[in-house]
Amino acid sequence: MPESEGKPPVEGDGRVPFMQRLLDNPFLLLFLGILVPTVFYLLWGIMEIVQIPVAP
Amino acid sequence: MAEAFRTCPTTGLKVHLPAENLIKANAVAAVVFLAIGGFFGLLVALTRWPAVHLLPADWFYLALTAHGLDVLLVWIIFFEMAVLYFASAVLLNCRLATPRVAWAGFVLMLAGAIIVNVAVLQGQSTVMFTSYVPMKAAPHFYLGMLLFAVGALLGCFVFFGTLVVAREERTYRGSIPLVTFGALTAAIIAVFTIASGAIILIPTFLWSLGIIQHIDTMVYKTVWWAMGHSSQQINVAAHVAVWYAIAAMVLGAKPISEKVSRLAFLFYILFLQLASAHHMLVEPGVSSEWKIFNTSYAMYLAVLGSMIHGMTVPGSIEAAQRRRGLTNGIFEWLRKAPWGNPAFSGMFMSLVMFGFIGGISGVVMGTEQINLIMHNTLYVPGHFHGTVVAGTTLAFMAITYLVIPLIFRRELVMPRVAKWQPYVFGLGVAGISLFMMGAGTLGVARRHWDITFAGAMLPYDYPGAAFLMMGLNGLSAVLATIGGIMYVVVVVGSVFFGRRVEGPVELGPPAPRGVAGGSDLPAAEVVGQYGSAGTLKIPGTVALVGVFFVCFVLYYFVNWKYLSEIWPLR
Ligand code: HEM
Ligand SMILES: [Cu+2]
Repeated sequence: MPESEGKPPVEGDGRVPFMQRLLDNPFLLLFLGILVPTVFYLLWGIMEIVQIPVAP
Repeated sequence: MAEAFRTCPTTGLKVHLPAENLIKANAVAAVVFLAIGGFFGLLVALTRWPAVHLLPADWFYLALTAHGLDVLLVWIIFFEMAVLYFASAVLLNCRLATPRVAWAGFVLMLAGAIIVNVAVLQGQSTVMFTSYVPMKAAPHFYLGMLLFAVGALLGCFVFFGTLVVAREERTYRGSIPLVTFGALTAAIIAVFTIASGAIILIPTFLWSLGIIQHIDTMVYKTVWWAMGHSSQQINVAAHVAVWYAIAAMVLGAKPISEKVSRLAFLFYILFLQLASAHHMLVEPGVSSEWKIFNTSYAMYLAVLGSMIHGMTVPGSIEAAQRRRGLTNGIFEWLRKAPWGNPAFSGMFMSLVMFGFIGGISGVVMGTEQINLIMHNTLYVPGHFHGTVVAGTTLAFMAITYLVIPLIFRRELVMPRVAKWQPYVFGLGVAGISLFMMGAGTLGVARRHWDITFAGAMLPYDYPGAAFLMMGLNGLSAVLATIGGIMYVVVVVGSVFFGRRVEGPVELGPPAPRGVAGGSDLPAAEVVGQYGSAGTLKIPGTVALVGVFFVCFVLYYFVNWKYLSEIWPLR
């Protein structure tokens, strides 16, 4: 039964896999976690709202 | 420096005393506001019970405003601050970064919460917790919200700072444990949440002071829900972390695969917040592309995250139980789980009800087309009492039963009351959720004082079943309130009068030596480790997940069918 005790997996050549480097970097995650909703929800949504023509 | 720490005899974790004091303060404040907010909830439910119809209209809306604010924001976020400090300083064996800033955050939150409550009780701010413009509250209502938010933001900064401290001082090896990762997810979502809140509430505050003339209602609603919805996702991330923590501490359970669970949290970080758009599904002015992208395509990835957790949490419990020798049939591990331990029973009910009640109804309601059947009906509060009460609140209550012996170092008073508490509260909340959903399906509006429409210009008759649902909802509310009172009594009693705990405590059933977490660690120590159970022999969990999917699919299609009848295409 494989046990990964205390030390997460490291590839044979000693390089840490990409996903793990991402998941081990809290500030990169923070950046992404703010970027994605800001772009897709806030900016896109507000752009649509401000484009509604004003009633004459 | 050394005397700032103690070593926990149960978990072996090094506990930074300033962090411990902050956890205590935030947890106590949380419980106080749960009691206040729960009381308002009871008043609201009794008013909506047609046979009782307790409060006059103005008081009803005031109580509803106070209820939403005190439980949804104040109780939950105070408790989450405690979770953040626990998951960073305690689980990583390190000192909390800048306890003074954390205390400043606490004071701001407390001051903000008190100011908001005063504003609401003064009667000039009955705007519901959503405070949609052009409804205008008193300026100090917004001010209180802002102070509370700034305080919470400071707490998040302290959490991030503590991660840095732990890495620099090398207090853990490799990656952070899963519970900490879940807390990190919550903290990330919290930063976005609070920033959105500030973007919209600062101008609204100025508007209430007369400095700004106009706030666009659509922009308000869009940005407000970037806060209002995302804050629910802080809760989801936090209570999933709490599930893992309880499973680890009580049974020594390790996630089936730490990698997969972390990936599920990554889905939360990236996609969960987009679902804010489901609050705008009937709004004109935003396109269907925007609505559907945010609530479906992207959102289903976040739902996938939840389903992964929904599988790996019970799976990790099953794996741990099987290691302990409970291997008969597919369900011995579940039958012989510690059901008399309120931490475990509360956690497991939270998991099941969050999935079956809150989760399924949420996905159904978040579908643009079916949403039309129940938009703004009582179905909505029914749904979110399944997520935020049966899910988050019950999970937080459950972990309190571990926090009391471990952090407050007191024995539980009235252990029999504690043992029954999750069941009473859980049953009551299940009732509230299901009956409100039932009433909503019959068209009963949310936030509505009188479903008889007595004296209204345009009367409307709801079917008798709707009145029955509201009555049953009232009864369930009484039950949930009793469960809430049991919780508050046990917590307050234990914290102030419980016998002091010396030495290690028994958090779960004793395990054969060397078996606990699949290593030689005592069970509870697993919570601070990175590592997986490394087994896929979880037939019981697979069966449960199968049942879940069948319910999910059936309910989803029933609603499409229902929609086609309401709105026939000819
Ligand atoms: C004793 C426990 C509780 C009872 C009896 C209860 C009952 C109710 C009822 C009857 C409503 C009104 C629905 C309407 O008329 O639209 C309501 C609304 C609400 N409840 Fe609860 N609730 C309880 C606990 C909680 C908790 C613990 C939370 C959050 C963690 C919560 C969050 C909310 C929110 C956010 C609303 C919506 C307020 C609004 O529409 O402005 N409730 N609750
Ligand atoms: Cu939402």
